[in-house]
Amino acid sequence: MPTTTEPETVPAPATAATVPAIKFENVEKRFGDNVVLKDLNFEVAKGDRVTLIGPSGSGKTTILRLVMTLEDLSGGFIYIDGEPLTHEERGGKRVELGEKAQKQIRKRIGMVFQQFNLFPNMSVLENIIEAPVHVLGQSKEEATARAMELLESVGLPDKADAHPLELSGGQQQRVAIARALAMDPEILLLDEVTSALDPEIVGEVLGILRHIAATTDITMLIVTHEMQFARDVSNRVMMFDGGKVVEEATPEVMFTNPQHERTQSFLHAVLGNAEDQIGTR
Amino acid sequence: MNELWDWDAAYAVLPELLLAFLKVTLLVTVVSTAIAAVLGLVIAILRMSVPKPVAVVINFIGDFIRMTPIVVQLLFAYWTFLSVDAIVIGIAVFGIHYSTYMAEVYRAGIESVPKGQWEATKALSMSKSRTWIAVIIPQALRATVPALGNYAISMFKDTPFLLTIGVVEMVRAGLTFGGNHFRYMEAITLAGVIFLLASYPTSLLISRLEKRLAYNY
Repeated sequence: MPTTTEPETVPAPATAATVPAIKFENVEKRFGDNVVLKDLNFEVAKGDRVTLIGPSGSGKTTILRLVMTLEDLSGGFIYIDGEPLTHEERGGKRVELGEKAQKQIRKRIGMVFQQFNLFPNMSVLENIIEAPVHVLGQSKEEATARAMELLESVGLPDKADAHPLELSGGQQQRVAIARALAMDPEILLLDEVTSALDPEIVGEVLGILRHIAATTDITMLIVTHEMQFARDVSNRVMMFDGGKVVEEATPEVMFTNPQHERTQSFLHAVLGNAEDQIGTR
Repeated sequence: MNELWDWDAAYAVLPELLLAFLKVTLLVTVVSTAIAAVLGLVIAILRMSVPKPVAVVINFIGDFIRMTPIVVQLLFAYWTFLSVDAIVIGIAVFGIHYSTYMAEVYRAGIESVPKGQWEATKALSMSKSRTWIAVIIPQALRATVPALGNYAISMFKDTPFLLTIGVVEMVRAGLTFGGNHFRYMEAITLAGVIFLLASYPTSLLISRLEKRLAYNY
């Protein structure tokens, strides 16, 4: 792995640091005849914040969805903390794991979606405590106390009893972030979390994510069009095109001195827009 | 005795109609609706959870039940299970027949729940049962309440078919009275009025419920 920042960002013992939080091994993803990802190999170290950039259709979101097991893996393996996520190699054969084993691993992963996906039939509080109570087995009091802490940290302590559809998009996304964090994930997947928001409220959501990045050691895999956010939060940026990693570097290098021609043209197009947006915010 | 409408006969038949209404028509409607609502949901969920060949079989049985008249099913069940009380046959046939319609309504309701909701339950590692009970069914029901209510009313209006297997529901009670007193008009008219007076407020109730659910959503 080419990252130079890894030793500083991983406070765990050296042995743990050698086991990546996420490892893609010869991953292939097809939708029918359409090959989206082919022979994809990369690792994300524990505590890393990796941003995936690239044009739409380059397979960035598919990568997140594969980690969350929302898509079936067509080929290859994904390992979480060194353990297989959906398939493992057994006697030279690729075998799918049982649902129980998959779920054990899946519990360590949280995801925040572009469309929030809060449960509209539950209050904000119920949304947040549902999984801690019914999946992790926390008591209702324990889960509620933690949920209130999280709501405080996303700036919505007075919305606990509100219903999601009474909230603005930005508020809904902040609740969705709190809901994901309530499960204490080791890995947090952020899938274009500000794309469905009005420009003037993008900042409030990104501010919260910046705070989480600064105060926790959660491994983050981020797909975003907010290049400034990517620069602030991530320690590694991977440029995708056509289902392959075209270039990867620290954000400083990637955004100031990209090597690959494809990255240069992509960033030129995107950063022009991003700077306009930052100017109006 | 020959005029079209005789108020004395009307007053005489009314208590008998109301008694049959309460003891049979209402009982069958309420119990069969409950059976249909629960069984329909079970069928809808089963169809989405079982392997495809099993789902095809369930679909075929459902189609078969929906494509044959309820009167035929009542008579068939009645003559097949002669030892079983006719009203029990009636309740079972109505419940099963309408469960196949309700399963279709639930299916549409379940499919109307956005894909993102399923994805969120998976991202939270929720169990299958919690996913259905806490997330999918409550949202699917909102969309299905009006249709389910309308099927309940439709079943209510089908209850006179029970007279084909000898159950003394309201219309049968009216016909018996008519036969005894040679006055059919009053009995049949009043039976119709009672059906109307029961269905109409129910349908109003359903549309109010529909609005309330929509508002909360």
